[in-house]
Amino acid sequence: MNLLKYSSPQTFYPLAGKLIPWIATVAAILIVYGLYIGLLVAPTDFQQGDAYRIIYVHVPAAWFSMFLYVVMAGYAILGLTLNAKLSYMMAKSIAPTGAMFTFVALITGAFWGKPTWGAWWVWDARLTSELILLFLYIGYMSLQAAIDDTRRSDRSSAILAIVGVINVPIIYFSVKWWNTLHQGSSINLTTSPSMAAIMLKGMLIMALGFWLYSIAVILTRVRREIEDRERNTAWLNAFKE
Amino acid sequence: MYWKNISDFLQMGGYGLYVWVSFGITFACMAIELFLLRARRLSNENIKDLL
Repeated sequence: MNLLKYSSPQTFYPLAGKLIPWIATVAAILIVYGLYIGLLVAPTDFQQGDAYRIIYVHVPAAWFSMFLYVVMAGYAILGLTLNAKLSYMMAKSIAPTGAMFTFVALITGAFWGKPTWGAWWVWDARLTSELILLFLYIGYMSLQAAIDDTRRSDRSSAILAIVGVINVPIIYFSVKWWNTLHQGSSINLTTSPSMAAIMLKGMLIMALGFWLYSIAVILTRVRREIEDRERNTAWLNAFKE
Repeated sequence: MYWKNISDFLQMGGYGLYVWVSFGITFACMAIELFLLRARRLSNENIKDLL
């Protein structure tokens, strides 16, 4: 099977249309199951009480705020090097979802910080770098929207996305590099997780649900983008009728 | 099931406000994103009709 075939809008558009309902259904099931475990099954935390349950939305949102930025920058690189228009459309379509998860991570973090630290916000390295991530997403979307010529807006915003990716490892390692009020990570690749198995399970299922949600939403947005950009092409009009 | 009754569940050991607002904002944001995407689809379909 030639996967590169799907890098053209003509072949991508119907394929994405077929995949989206399945991905969205699995995403919904996983999120409901994750909520069930996180809110109904998992016990309370011996240190933080039930405030810890915010972890089930906060951590998956924070993970995907960073992960989606890296994927967006990856598509920006593909767009600039291969001059592939679908890559630029992917990058552009990832930004709103990434920005949404960044906003959610910041807000739910504030609602977790207040009962555990006594403050909605502190200017520590983790929170500040995550706020910069939100500004990078907003900057990317503003630049994309500010330039009318699609080729120019794609290329200049791609450069912004690529330069900004340096912020992601700063967010990720901020809790190690600096003395932050924000707690260190409970999960990493080298040691076993420092949380109960059922809590970990709920969080990972929510994360998987958020991942599939992101894929479904982003693919849908790419389809809308294709409709906008290829509006006058014969293939799209033939497809619509 | 961890909770003894519905009132315990809603109160979340005194952290109910923080927990429920967090979950509420998260899913409200996702719902708004889905709504905006749907609005964009409808507007694209209308443009198609006008062409």
